Amino acid sequence: MTKSLLFSFIFHSLVIFLTMLTLPFMMREPIDLPPIVSVELIEIKDKTFIPYAPKARKIIEKVKDEKKRVVSEQAPPAAKAKEKPDRIPMPEDKKEIKELLKKKQNPEEIKPQIRQASEFEKEELFDTNEIAALIDKAKEEQAETQRKKDKLTQSSVKNSFAQGLSLSEEDALRAQIFGCWSVPLGLPYDKNLLVRIKLKLKPDGRILKSEILDHARMNTPGQSFYKILAESALRAVRICQPLKVPPTGYERWKEIQLNFDPTEMLKG
Amino acid sequence: MKKIFFALVLSLFTLQNAYGLITVDITRGNLDPLPIAVSPLHVDSKSEKISSFETSTLGEEISKIVEKNFKSTGLFNPLKKDSFVQKPDIAHLKPRFEDWRLIKAQALVTGKLLIIDKKLKVEFRLWDLTAAKEMIALSFTTTPNNWRRVAHIISDKIYERLTGETGYFDTRIAYVSETGPKNRRVKKLALMDQDGFNTKYLTLGNELVLTPRFNPTNQLVTYLSYFKNMPRVYLLDIETGVQEVVGNFPGMTFAPRFSPDGKKIIMSFAKDGNSDIYSMDLETRVVEQITKHPSIDTSPSYSPDGKYITFNSDRSGLQQIYVMRSDGTQVKRITHGSGLYGTPVWSPRGDLIAFTKVRKGRFYIGVMRSDGTGERLLTENFYQEAPSWSPNGRVLIFYRETKSDSKGKGFSAKLWSIDITGYNERRLKTETDASDPSWSSVLSK
Repeated sequence: MTKSLLFSFIFHSLVIFLTMLTLPFMMREPIDLPPIVSVELIEIKDKTFIPYAPKARKIIEKVKDEKKRVVSEQAPPAAKAKEKPDRIPMPEDKKEIKELLKKKQNPEEIKPQIRQASEFEKEELFDTNEIAALIDKAKEEQAETQRKKDKLTQSSVKNSFAQGLSLSEEDALRAQIFGCWSVPLGLPYDKNLLVRIKLKLKPDGRILKSEILDHARMNTPGQSFYKILAESALRAVRICQPLKVPPTGYERWKEIQLNFDPTEMLKG
Repeated sequence: MKKIFFALVLSLFTLQNAYGLITVDITRGNLDPLPIAVSPLHVDSKSEKISSFETSTLGEEISKIVEKNFKSTGLFNPLKKDSFVQKPDIAHLKPRFEDWRLIKAQALVTGKLLIIDKKLKVEFRLWDLTAAKEMIALSFTTTPNNWRRVAHIISDKIYERLTGETGYFDTRIAYVSETGPKNRRVKKLALMDQDGFNTKYLTLGNELVLTPRFNPTNQLVTYLSYFKNMPRVYLLDIETGVQEVVGNFPGMTFAPRFSPDGKKIIMSFAKDGNSDIYSMDLETRVVEQITKHPSIDTSPSYSPDGKYITFNSDRSGLQQIYVMRSDGTQVKRITHGSGLYGTPVWSPRGDLIAFTKVRKGRFYIGVMRSDGTGERLLTENFYQEAPSWSPNGRVLIFYRETKSDSKGKGFSAKLWSIDITGYNERRLKTETDASDPSWSSVLSK
C-alpha cells in the first residue's frame, strides 16, 4: 500500500514538474505557427499568379515598358505590384511607381536584391564543387564530401522550417546580409573561418544585443585574422539593421544565430 | 503507468523543439569597396615652420596620399571631403559617429601632427563607425622630410587592420627608365615610391640596362648591363652607389634574381648557344650549376621557402615553364597549354606563379598554382611582359608596350598593375617611359 502510494506520489510530482516546464512553450505554440505556409509557397514559385484586373495589368505593363526596367530573374516579385492588385492605379499611384523605379535604378539599392537568389536554386544551376572537380580530378573526393555536407545543411534548414524561418524568409535575410557584408579579402582560407554571431532582436528587426560565440578566438595569438573577420561580420549586421524578419512570429526569431563563413567565396 | 511514460516522452519532445535556435548560414558577402572617410590630419598650432614645405597644409597632404593609396587598391572607396561635417581636431578626439554614418562611411581615419625640435610627430586613429569604437591608434616620429613615407606607413597599418593582409604602400619600385626614339633608346636604372613619387636615377644611361631586381632587404639591386659589349649581371648598392659584376663567367650572364634569404643570386649563363641556370653565393662567391641541358633554360625564380626554383626552358621544343628542386633535381614541366610561356615568378605567398604567355601573337599576364593547375589569364594586350609581385602577393606589376608605326612613332612603354583577381587594372605614373619593374618588399618591417 505504502509502496504504491509512494510510486503514485513520485510519478504525479514528475508529471506536474514536466508540465510546469513545458506548459509555457505549449501555450506559445499556436502563436508560433501562423497559417502562412501557403503564402510562402507562392513566393517560391517561378511565376506569381496574383489575379490582376485585366485593365490594371495593361496599365502596369505599359508603365514598365516605358521605363524599360531591368529586373533580376532571381529577384522576388516586386512588392509594389502586390499592394494594389485589384484596382486600376490612379495617376498618383503612377507617381509612386515611378519613385519606386527610380529608387531601384540606384545601383546601391539594387544590389542586395540581385543577390536575393535562393541558395538552393543556385546549387541546382551551378554547382561550384562539380566544376572544381572537373578542373582537378584529384578534388573529386573533396567535392563529394562537400556535397554531403551541403545536404546535411539542407536537412537542418528543413528542420528550421518547422519551427524557425521559412525558406523564403531565410533567403530574404541571407540576401540582405550578403549585401551588407564586405568580406576582408586577405584572410587565410585554409584556416577555420567560421564566425558565429548570436543576435537578440527587437520586433522591428533592429538589434538589441549581439554576441560573438567563439569570443576567445578574438585574442588568440596567431588568429588575428579571426578578429578582423568577426568585426566585419558584426559591421555587416549593424549596417543591415533593421533586419528583414517576418512581420509576425516575433517569439520564433527574437533570438537568431548567424554563421558567417567566407571560405567558399575566398577559394572561388 | 503507460500514460505517465507517454506524457514523459511527449514533454521531452516538446522541450527539445521549443529550444531550437534559428541559425542562418552566411557564406557570401560583397566585394564592393569599403566606404572610408579620411579626415585631414589636424596640424597643431605649436608646429614650427619648415623651409622645404608648407606646414599648414601638411595634414591635408598626408590624408590625400592615404586616400590615393586606398583608392588604388580597388578595395576602398574614400569619400569626398566636402561631405565631412566634423572638424579634424574635434573628430580626432572623439568623432560624432552619427554624423559620419550619415555620409555612409563605415570607417574613419583621423589624426594630428606636430613639428617640434625639427621632428615630425604624427598620430592617427582608425574608427569603426558602425561599432562606434577605435580600432587602432599609432604615432610616429621622424624627420619632417619623411612625411610621404609616414603617409604610406599609416596606409599600410589601416589596410592591415581592415583587410587582414599586409599592406604594400611603403614600398619602392625599381624599373628601367626609357627615353628617346625606339631605335636609339636611352635606358637608365630608376627607383621610385610605389605611388610614382621620389624618382631617382641610379645609372647615367651610357650603357643599356635590363631586368633590375631587389634583394629582400631592399639595399641591393641586381640587374643586367653591358660591359665591353657583353651582357653581364651586376650588383648595385643603392645607398653607397657601389656596383660590381657578379661572378667571373666566360660569357654572357642574364636574368638575375635574389634567393629569398638574399644570400645567393640565381641567373642564366649562356655559352655556345646553350644557356643554363647557375647560382652564386654572395659571401663565398662559390658558383653552382643547377641545370645541365642542351636547351635554353632561363628566367629562374625561387619559391619563398627557397626549396624550389621555377624557370622557363625550350627543352620540349617550345618555351614552357618548369619547376625543380633548388639543387636541380626533379625537373617537372608544369605548363601544357597552347602557346609559349615565360618569365615565371613565384608569389611571395608561395601559392601562385605569375607568368607571361604568348598565343597567336597576343601577350597575356596570368597566374597559376605552383603545380601548373588553375591557370588564369588576367590581362591581354599587344605586347606586355615581366610581371613582378607586390610584397603581399595580391597585385602584379608589369610593363606594356604600344605598337609603333613604320617610322617608329607612337611607341611607348608604361608600367601597369593588376590584382590577381583580374580586376583593378591601373597604369602607374612614371616620369619617363618605363619597363622591367621590380617591386621591393615593405621598407618599414
